[in-house]
Amino acid sequence: MKREIWKGSEAIAEAAIRAGCRGFFGYPITPQNEIPEYMSLKMPESGGVFVQAESELAAINMVYGAAASGMRAMTSSSSPGISLKQEGISYMVGAELPGVIVNVMRGGPGLGSIQPGQSDYHQATRGGGNGDYRMVVLAPANLQEAVDVMADAFDIADQYRNPVMVLADGLIGQMMEPIVWKEHTPRVLPEKTWAADGRRGRAHNNFITSLLLEADACEKRNIGLKAKFDEMEKNECRWEEVNTEDAEVILVAYGTPARIALSAAEQLRAQGIKAGVLRPITVWPFPHARLRELAEGSCRGFLAVEMSQGQMVDDVRMAVGEKKPVGFYGRCGGVVPTVSEVRLAAEEFFKEVQ
Amino acid sequence: MTTIYRKSTGLQDTELHYCPGCSHGTVHKLVAEVLEEMNAVDTSICICPVGCAVLAGNYFACDTIEAAHGRAPAVATAVKRLHPDQPVFTYQGDGDLASIGAAEIVHAAMRGEKFTTIFINNAIYGMTGGQMAPTTLIGQRATTAPLGRTVEQAGSPIRMAEMLSTLDGLVYAERVCVTDIPHLNKAKKAIRKAFQKQMAGEGFTFIEVIAACPTNWGMDIVEANQWLMEHMAAYYPLGVIKDKEAE
Repeated sequence: MKREIWKGSEAIAEAAIRAGCRGFFGYPITPQNEIPEYMSLKMPESGGVFVQAESELAAINMVYGAAASGMRAMTSSSSPGISLKQEGISYMVGAELPGVIVNVMRGGPGLGSIQPGQSDYHQATRGGGNGDYRMVVLAPANLQEAVDVMADAFDIADQYRNPVMVLADGLIGQMMEPIVWKEHTPRVLPEKTWAADGRRGRAHNNFITSLLLEADACEKRNIGLKAKFDEMEKNECRWEEVNTEDAEVILVAYGTPARIALSAAEQLRAQGIKAGVLRPITVWPFPHARLRELAEGSCRGFLAVEMSQGQMVDDVRMAVGEKKPVGFYGRCGGVVPTVSEVRLAAEEFFKEVQ
Repeated sequence: MTTIYRKSTGLQDTELHYCPGCSHGTVHKLVAEVLEEMNAVDTSICICPVGCAVLAGNYFACDTIEAAHGRAPAVATAVKRLHPDQPVFTYQGDGDLASIGAAEIVHAAMRGEKFTTIFINNAIYGMTGGQMAPTTLIGQRATTAPLGRTVEQAGSPIRMAEMLSTLDGLVYAERVCVTDIPHLNKAKKAIRKAFQKQMAGEGFTFIEVIAACPTNWGMDIVEANQWLMEHMAAYYPLGVIKDKEAE
């Protein structure tokens, strides 16, 4: 298959169109502007709808409308903009609407910086909006994976009638890499008989709402949602492992830091420290069970590497428990760690746990 | 036997929860009748608000989407653009449209989105219990303006139909009320015209209904309708605010 060089944000946009996305609604924010820019031209060409919304709030509510009327739709933004979209994401979960939200993370809090960050992990994986909910969060570490997960993201959203987030960092959005446009095998998905797209002879009207005024009814709905979250947790967890079988120290990282961790692990091996890497591809569901299994093996400890002050490390600790030591190394505010920094941090950590 | 009156097929066969004297029920009926007469119940999509009309999908017979507070015009934008041949309307109150959703309605009008907005302006927050709205009149009491709204504290009430009419994307705006049969007939005519213009693809259409909320105004129904005509109609003049075609 032909390899093509693409820029991250544009590749993500193109992948969405190829996945059957028919509505894109966005608002400018760095470092993801190439997504709406690409969509403004290509989405209408492919027969879809592009609207530059007046705000992030409007954009996510346009996704809500598109989804409610049965169409595949998405929005993209970066950290501060994603905060504004939390209202709509929560409503989408409540009304059981599919849709895809791309977060090209930058440094925070507040306006922060426009350089790559991973400071929205807790917001993405714990339900950033109000209410008691989950969504599948895919975290690609290279452009090939970014385009591959876009097709999956729309399928997962439709399968569970729940929003899905693609959590990329600014580096993934801005870098150029070769990719191959693979044939996507779509999942067998239920028909959208629930959509409010006009009755056209249907015996009843469809009413899309997240409101249940009676507490008992609301609890019952929430229990139903939880059953879906449990299914997602069971079916959708993905991760990659490199040299973990005999590893003395396992670096755990997602997105850009996973690439850095991989290089650091190679250098550590060359120095005689058996290092491996576990890279979550979904950060929710998180591969807790696999980490627990590895913690029961011969490995001496786990080092979480992030572009934050320590968020994913909470999940690593939750999985590993008291079985093995868990360390953390992170840079934040838009600073990307170097391979040698991570290697040195891993060496230090290894000395402690040896 | 001759049928001289029946409930519109644009409404479901169910009881409304609205208070006695509230204008919502009457406006629901008018919208439903227009949809039925246009043979559009089966194709229309309603976007309902947060507020007293939050359950409108239990009353209208057409498909309905309940939006977050104020966001109905954003939701409707996507629905209409993806379903351009189907009638789409938002049904919103004044807290929803003129306060928290001010940005969404302004930009939908600016873009000339081809849907219709039915704006119920009763100068108060109804569902949350009578708080001051941006449309509350000067001197009018509300639970968050217990001594009456003052210009110093809260500014002057906003006239949405006039404000939105400054935008080129809005092709038709009319302010109506449903206090008696002649006004009710005018209101229905205006609603029909808005839907017709929408389906002709002319642009954004806006019907503002100055409406009674006897419960939160602390009045009986007759008093409320008198107060509406005397005070609200004085500040919010009835009639066509903008008709691009007629200009």
